[in-house]
Amino acid sequence: MTELNVAQALNRALDIALDSDDRVVLLGEDIGRTGGVFRITDGLLEKHGPKRVYDTPVAESGIVGAAFGMAIAGMRPVVELQFMGFSYPAYDQVINHVARIRNRSSHRFTAPMVIRIPFGGGIGAAEHHSESAEAIYAHIPGVKVVVASTPHDAKGLLLAAIEDPDPVIFLEPIRMYRAVKEDVPDIYYTVPIGPVRVERKGDDVTLISWGAMMKETRIAASRLEAEGASVEVLEVHALTPLDADGIAESVRKTGRAVVVHEAPRTAGFGAEITAVIQERCLYALLAPVRRVTGPDTIFPLKRSESHYLPDPDQIFRTAMATLEE
Amino acid sequence: MYSLIAPDGTVEDRLPLTLQQMKGLYSDMVEARTYDRKSVALQKQGRLATYSPFEGQEAAQIGAAAALEPGDWVAGTYRDAALMWRAGYPWRLLIAGRTGDERGGHPPEGINVLPPSITVGGHMIHAVGLGWAEMLKGTNRVALTSFGDGATSEGDFHEAMNFAAVYETPTVFLCQNNGFAISYPRSEQTRSESIAMKADAYGMPGEQVDGNDVAAMVAAVSVAVERARGGGGPSFIEAVTYRIGPHTTSDDPGRYRPAEEPDEWRERDPILRIRRLFETAGEWSQEWQDDLEQKASQRIEQAVAEAESLPQPTKAEMFERMFAEVTGPLATQLEGAE
Repeated sequence: MTELNVAQALNRALDIALDSDDRVVLLGEDIGRTGGVFRITDGLLEKHGPKRVYDTPVAESGIVGAAFGMAIAGMRPVVELQFMGFSYPAYDQVINHVARIRNRSSHRFTAPMVIRIPFGGGIGAAEHHSESAEAIYAHIPGVKVVVASTPHDAKGLLLAAIEDPDPVIFLEPIRMYRAVKEDVPDIYYTVPIGPVRVERKGDDVTLISWGAMMKETRIAASRLEAEGASVEVLEVHALTPLDADGIAESVRKTGRAVVVHEAPRTAGFGAEITAVIQERCLYALLAPVRRVTGPDTIFPLKRSESHYLPDPDQIFRTAMATLEE
Repeated sequence: MYSLIAPDGTVEDRLPLTLQQMKGLYSDMVEARTYDRKSVALQKQGRLATYSPFEGQEAAQIGAAAALEPGDWVAGTYRDAALMWRAGYPWRLLIAGRTGDERGGHPPEGINVLPPSITVGGHMIHAVGLGWAEMLKGTNRVALTSFGDGATSEGDFHEAMNFAAVYETPTVFLCQNNGFAISYPRSEQTRSESIAMKADAYGMPGEQVDGNDVAAMVAAVSVAVERARGGGGPSFIEAVTYRIGPHTTSDDPGRYRPAEEPDEWRERDPILRIRRLFETAGEWSQEWQDDLEQKASQRIEQAVAEAESLPQPTKAEMFERMFAEVTGPLATQLEGAE
């Protein structure tokens, strides 16, 4: 066990993957010499050499497209795109090629590859550096979209993504990279792609979130418990494939649910989760399912960031309203 | 422009191919044309989905594929059936794909030919990654990607050319400049004098080849392939050819080119010029020609029959080919759909 933050845990995951599987190669802009804009790949070029860790030209579509070709030919590429706002040039590769090859070749060719994308706001970054566009990836048939917010799960989920026989979009909440530390096993282990993680057990209301918003959700949950409510907190680790059973099981028990995400509200992934809940547990519901989300605005620059991001108070008030129904 | 055989069949230079090899290439081109014409006919009967004819481009495709070894990668387009077939992709699967069946996208093990790219230009970079992987695995396989003149205007072309050159991947870029991107002429596609010259800017060899000269295509692509195989990095070939037919079976070329233009190009036809060469050399006879055409026709008919006898795909297969294992949401949706 070593006490690590999320950034360090991801670094260890990549290191251990490079050690244990010759097919793993890393590609991305500035990931070699500088260790990446968030230093997630720090030291990996030095340790594993230039045939495993590639600094690439500035061309997101090219990086993903080349990695796709490598994956078809038997490698296990792990791509880093620097920010979600820079991932869109590669979107064509993902939606038209990476996601489709198994289907269009009837399993003859596959693309076991991981695309790591730092996402989300809260660090006062420049324009395009705070996007939370997970829903546009979750809407692509043929890829899995996963996200972890804690060091332990970040390492295990990334290793599961690298092992996966199909392409995985691995989202990394920027605000959580160095937010918390916890004991992380030094060994190789995986956190399965799929099941929601029940972070806290409770009976009165289910709070559901993922990524950096887990932090605000936790704070709100503690405040709600201080008010006497019994709160269940679910962390979604896979937007796709979504663990509808796990979510339904919880909400059937509590009868109340609040979904929290920082992405814009309209057609955000919270809408999907809300729909799943009403499909599966309408008659167990004691109150309407509510959403706490970012507004349908462009993610603002630094001085307006607090106007955008949902805060614990909003989550607390929304959950209280749900509990009072 | 590099060429070995003039349109009238005159050999301009010593051929690097034996007579036997030339006869094989000729036979393959005849078979490819038989497939192409049969496909157009089947589409008119409603038995194939939209089809993209390659008539006139047989030499560019057969010649390029003839330069490859088994196991080499091919990433081509919807107009590359001749290339794919010569590289080992069975006619029956090409036809199955055109009947609208994903099972057509599954070539036999060992045939490293990807199902054709339908979007324009996105697949060129895949051949960079394919070659790159082979380089890392320590094999000597190469990857060839084929695309049209129109695709060179896509941003993806730049990224693919640049990556290939930067990482010195064993990739061969084959541009079949057939004169048109649907209706948009090559003359307007780029102000560059040739497409081949673009290769210079990326630091890789580029050559313009008479794409209707099968011997020149074999020779030029072989040089590129051997360079790649020997660790010399990527090359670019511009095969100058002409699309005799429409862009697809739903296109009307009369709207964008003079009616006599295809006829002028028929004089430069890749099959006709080899026939002229054989005739001059006393190596052609009507009986031989009839025999080739008849055998080709039989093979294509057989392939059509096999493709059309594939059982109706099940609903479950549509769900099952999304991932290695059916995910929870897909299982639920399949259950609900049945």
